[in-house]
This record gives sequence, C-alpha cells and structure tokens, in this order.
Amino acid sequence: MSDIKKFMYVNRKAPYGTIYAWESLEVVLIGAAFEQDVSLAFIDDGVYQLVKGQNTKELGIKNFSPTYTALGDYDIKKIYVEKESLEARGLTVEDLMPLKWEDENEDYAEKDSIHVVPAKELAGILDDSDVLLNF
Amino acid sequence: MAILHTINKSPFDKGSLDACVRLAVKGSSVLFIEDGVYGAMKGTAKSGVVEGAKGDLSFYVLGPDLKARGIDEDKLIDGVTVVDYDGFVKLTVDNDKVQAWL
Repeated sequence: MSDIKKFMYVNRKAPYGTIYAWESLEVVLIGAAFEQDVSLAFIDDGVYQLVKGQNTKELGIKNFSPTYTALGDYDIKKIYVEKESLEARGLTVEDLMPLKWEDENEDYAEKDSIHVVPAKELAGILDDSDVLLNF
Repeated sequence: MAILHTINKSPFDKGSLDACVRLAVKGSSVLFIEDGVYGAMKGTAKSGVVEGAKGDLSFYVLGPDLKARGIDEDKLIDGVTVVDYDGFVKLTVDNDKVQAWL
C-alpha cells in the first residue's frame, strides 16, 4: 500500500510584502523530504514569486528566490503557473526563472519544471490533488 | 474529487472570489465566511460573479458571519444557501478536501 499523497501548494501572494511565499517554500521542502508527490501552483500575485532577477540587498532581507531553482533536486518538477494571472500582469514565461529538473531516465537531460496552464486546466489539476495547502 | 472552496476575504478588497470562480470545476461547493460574506450580497458591483457562476457551482454563506455584519438574508443573491456551524461541518465532511482562497 502506498502512503504517497498528491500535495498541491497553492501560492497567491507576492514575495516580500508578506511572509506567505517564504513560508510556503519552507513547507514545500519539508513535504518533499517526506517523499510525497508535490505540485506547486502559482496564481494571482503568486506568479511574482517566480520572476527572475530578484535582488533584496537594499532591503536587508533574504532573497529566497534562488531556492526555487533547487526544487528540481528535490524531485519537484510539477510547477504550474496560471496563464491568465501571468498575462494579466504583462508577464510571459521568459520573465520567470528557468526552473529545471534532470530526467535520470534520459541521461539526466534538463527539462522545464514550469508549466503555464490556462485556468480551466489548472482547475482539473487542483481537483485531482489529495491535499491542498494555501499560501 | 469534490472540493469545498472557502472565501474569507471581501471581493472588493481581494481577488479571492474571482480566482475561486475561475478555478473551481463544475459541481463544486463554495462557502462564504468572515469578510467573504460580502460577496454573497445582491446589487453590488461584484454580484455578477456569483450570478454568472451559480449555474455551475453551489454557493453557501455562514449565517453567524452575516448576522455579525448586519446583513439580512433578503440581501443575498437568489440561490445562495445560508448555513450554520453544523452546516459548515457537514459541507466539510461531504467533500473530499477544502480549498481556502485566502
């Protein structure tokens, strides 16, 4: 019997105005360490968490955005970004960090972890999850 | 798998209601709680969101949160069902999981 559940982390807040984004990332890494099936969704202002070129030096707080690029090493390769949220903010996938994972079945070929999906498709993915965690 | 969606933010302050309606599959249940209850009122600039979705989704609102805010049930959009705390619990157990639109 498998105890592996599909965990979906839903992220809807921009990165530095509140602690939600960072807290989510911490919990995501804990979930991954327990070898659960982890997916992430970025919706509304949550898409801002993945924007590349973040630099918090002058704020004097930690820039946690590089941590997203490590998610592939934790076997987290299902990162869904809602197309409508991205477009509403004038962003494209080119504005986001290029998150990758290595496919060991294909000689460690690098593959994209980010999947830009329309709301209708993402609705089905949320529905298919076992546990929903909101940040 | 059935989802109970909860909305606890005013639709005039946050996009929680819009996101919920955009991302809920047909047949899902939506419960307004806390400041979310303002989203269940008719005659507002946001009423159209629920009006337009009520054919596909079932809408509920938590009675104690309505009373606390002085909202009479006759101010609600037609088709929105008022539930008490027991009703909230029942909705929770009748669905497989809860999606909280913070």
